[in-house]
Amino acid sequence: MLSLTIREVSLALREGRISPTELCRKCLNRIKKTQHLNAYISVTEELALKQAQEAETRLLQGAPKGPLDGIPFAVKDNFCTEKIKTTCASRMLKDYTPPYNATVVQKLFDQGAVLMGKTNMDEFAMGAGSTDGAFGPVRNPWSYAAPYREQTGAAPDSDWVITGGSSGGSAAAVASLTGYLALGSDTGGSTRNPGALCGLVALKPTYGLLSRHGLIPLVNSMDVPGIMTRSVSDAAIVLGILQGTDIRDSTTVPAPSSLTELPEYFDVKNICVGIPKEYHAPGLSEETLAQWSRVADMFERAGARVKQVSLPHTQYSILCYRVLCYAEVASNMARFDGLEYGHRSEVNSSTEAMYALSRHEGFNDVVRERILSGNYFLLKQNYQHYFVKAQKVRRLIADDFKHVFGLGVDVLLTPTTLTDAARYADFIQEDNQTRSMQEDVFTQPVNLAGLPAVSVPTALSRRGLPIGLQLIGPALQDQKLLSVSQWIEQRVGFPSISHYGESSEGRHDTGMTKREQTSAV
Amino acid sequence: MAASSVAASELLHSMNKRLSIVYPKASFVIRRINTSSPRCGSQPQLRAKRAPQQLVGVVGLEVHAQINSNTKLFSGSGVRFSAPPNSLVSPFDASLPGTLPVLNKRCVEAAVMTGLALDCTINRKSLFDRKHYFYADLPAGYQITQQRRPIAVDGMLTYSLLGGKKRSQVIRKTVSIKQIQLEQDSGKSLHDDLRSQTLIDLNRAGVGLMELVMEPDMSCGEEAAAAVRELQLILQALGTCQGNMSEGQLRVDANVSVHRPGEPLGVRTEVKNINSVRYLARAIDYEIKRQIGVLQRGGAVQNETRAYDSKSGETIPMRDKEGLQDYRFMPEPNLPPLIVYEDNASLPSGIDACQAVVVQKIREGLPELPSVKRDRLVQTYGILPEHSFTLVNEDGLVEYFEAVLKATKMQPRKVIGWVTNELVGHLKQQDMSVNQSPISPSALAELLELQETGHISSSVAKQVFQEMWRSSGRTAPEIIQEQDLGLVSDTAQLHSICQKVVDSHPDEVHAIRNGNEKVLNKLMGLVQKETKGRADPVLVRAILREKTS
Repeated sequence: MLSLTIREVSLALREGRISPTELCRKCLNRIKKTQHLNAYISVTEELALKQAQEAETRLLQGAPKGPLDGIPFAVKDNFCTEKIKTTCASRMLKDYTPPYNATVVQKLFDQGAVLMGKTNMDEFAMGAGSTDGAFGPVRNPWSYAAPYREQTGAAPDSDWVITGGSSGGSAAAVASLTGYLALGSDTGGSTRNPGALCGLVALKPTYGLLSRHGLIPLVNSMDVPGIMTRSVSDAAIVLGILQGTDIRDSTTVPAPSSLTELPEYFDVKNICVGIPKEYHAPGLSEETLAQWSRVADMFERAGARVKQVSLPHTQYSILCYRVLCYAEVASNMARFDGLEYGHRSEVNSSTEAMYALSRHEGFNDVVRERILSGNYFLLKQNYQHYFVKAQKVRRLIADDFKHVFGLGVDVLLTPTTLTDAARYADFIQEDNQTRSMQEDVFTQPVNLAGLPAVSVPTALSRRGLPIGLQLIGPALQDQKLLSVSQWIEQRVGFPSISHYGESSEGRHDTGMTKREQTSAV
Repeated sequence: MAASSVAASELLHSMNKRLSIVYPKASFVIRRINTSSPRCGSQPQLRAKRAPQQLVGVVGLEVHAQINSNTKLFSGSGVRFSAPPNSLVSPFDASLPGTLPVLNKRCVEAAVMTGLALDCTINRKSLFDRKHYFYADLPAGYQITQQRRPIAVDGMLTYSLLGGKKRSQVIRKTVSIKQIQLEQDSGKSLHDDLRSQTLIDLNRAGVGLMELVMEPDMSCGEEAAAAVRELQLILQALGTCQGNMSEGQLRVDANVSVHRPGEPLGVRTEVKNINSVRYLARAIDYEIKRQIGVLQRGGAVQNETRAYDSKSGETIPMRDKEGLQDYRFMPEPNLPPLIVYEDNASLPSGIDACQAVVVQKIREGLPELPSVKRDRLVQTYGILPEHSFTLVNEDGLVEYFEAVLKATKMQPRKVIGWVTNELVGHLKQQDMSVNQSPISPSALAELLELQETGHISSSVAKQVFQEMWRSSGRTAPEIIQEQDLGLVSDTAQLHSICQKVVDSHPDEVHAIRNGNEKVLNKLMGLVQKETKGRADPVLVRAILREKTS
């Protein structure tokens, strides 16, 4: 039941094969069983059961609110939730409870969806591993599935792999079947990257199509709420519900179509698939490259036009992103001074001392470093040199995309990540900045250009870990992008994690205890 | 209330509303101050003739005008002065994470209207920026303002001073308005020194401000005060700002420097903490004097911020917040460019006209500006220019004056004296506003009508006015009847009184008979004394003349 798609489980609920409260309890149990993944920062059990009860009443009356009524979901802990702690995985906000719901959360509530909890992440979404949060790293559920264990002979307590990030908790929550969908956020790949590493469909919609109101920002001009599901059609259903203008977010745009159903059969004969040559990047794994070729060939065989294109400014994207990201981070983080909310230092010798210590104690090294760099970029003497220049480069990158789409390309096909998921022990050898630069290489340019992109799982690697490919479309072509994605999904035969059954739980329990001990330090 | 995208257009320079002003009350005050600072250039040609080495002041102003709106610039919180602390604070105002600014259409319209009234070019497209600094009453750590491209630029404020020997000559001056930008107000910090605490009130945080930047076109406190007073009147006429300086709705910072004419501008100081037009003039004149003194002693003026202390009348250096500030400006990413449209025809399809800001519509709705009103009053009623200033200066006085005129046949030139002297004099004495006057326009008209028709003399009319002021509600005829103040025009009675006066003053009668006409006035005064001013002066004169011929 837990591994069904939204469409399937929604039907099951309507037909009374399962009740929302039963479904909710199943998910809550699942969360308990998978606690070792550290996917959730808070589990909203009480609220979930109450919401499930309400959904049950509606379903019994034959008046469900929509396809999501009674469906369990999870939300990354950087979306504000009324009366529910919203921490951004930071000491700064570890006791912060917002007085309002983010628009996207509210829309899901309005549909009767049932909130299971708030998911783990990198602190303030700054990272690509979900390893740099105040509540400890997130473990990839595939670490515990048979393929990885059998292929690598890995010991689950030491050789587990990361989820990717920064929305790793949301990815783990959906991949481990504790919910049917999760909200992530995507600023440079934070939804697609963990989506790919956890074998999920991960949609980064067009900038402005979904409201950012209530999403605690990383980079306002690039942030979008991301959608994580286990099937493309599920992502389309959620997109249909979340999209559209919001009076509270002046950067939102009207949805081009309210259609949420994807065509069952999509003809790719007439589409043109672009393969950007710059994405043959150093560090791209052989296996990922093979998947890329495999799907490109599939398109070609099906009669699509597949052609190599060039996005010549791709190589500058990472540096451009860093300048713009750090500058906005410096600005956005200025509000965390410990006065109105958030962590406040004990030191009160002066307002300035209190600010300095509150911020020092509240933020981790990654956040502090970005604030410092960002303020440097924004200094009067540096502004033209860094910020303005980066903005110009951003325009060039956006123009690259515009150019290829102008040549008749319908979608671009690229890898989502360089490789499958890294072992945690290996991943933390490098510092956050280096890792982010490596991990976001294929995903970042899309955020700079504000375009829609989706990561679709295509296969398991030799290590038994998911590999995903990315499709990029022109602005506001999210629906078409999903249609093409579904075409891939229907042909690649990516396995469900549930095929591999449960692994022994005794070991998980010990694993969890250990983790708790370590994260308590 | 909120306009997500507002529309735009360039302002046609069709408006030729040049504003001319004098503010007699203010200049009365300033005149006093000004005796101590004769360098004010109300006569520039004089200044030029002086020794060229003479140091003169250069004054530019930055005015923060709180926009008169129901809700804040980027949130739906109410705007109210002296509400309980932190009672008007939305999640956005407190900078709760995840909140976004939503532009208030009314504030944009107010800025456009103000820009039009000051002959500005309205930028079809303007931009918002973040200005960063840490301060306890700035919860976001930055202020949203318009640094790169403000909503209005290149305007002009025309104001007037009273000049000449008797200060009765109206001198028109202009000051360039560099720009008008929309920005957020900050909250308020209240320092509790006793408990060494700072308390924060965020009611004001996020209220819409128009920052008007004036070029350094002024040379002294009097000019600055006259310019600000005119601006105040304009804003009040437009309704875009209530303009009350003591409540902080209008805040003026002065940039002051001194130099020798023809030479580059000197190092300037910024004078803050000025909360009335009167203090503005004093603060600037003090600062000019101080800077001249510093230079004359061989010192150098420091580029610093100084606060005006109204008790001592001095400016004192302010403790610098963080030394030299780098505001680290950057574009506000959560607000798309602000677009305003010239007219309905230029609205792109798909844009709701109710959501858009249309310049043409605002231009058509511009009320009569103070300078135009003054010109109209002078022309229509034949009153003196300085009277027009008094009328326009007092809120509601023009309406009062015109209401009186409607109900009496007395000439406007005569009525104006009653309004500007008697009425305003009494109001000032008791610190009342026009609409608090115990004498309504119709009551005053009734009184004036009695004088006009010869029922009472002008001196009795003044007496009755006083009585009416004291006991509100009693009409002029009632008072006249009760106190027997009606004009005595009984010829027999007047004859007998006159006879008595003539008989008891033989010397004066003699003088008159010898051709000294003036002495007749003395006898008339004696008759009026006898009748308590109620005697019909025309009749008395005739009778006395007859009796002394």
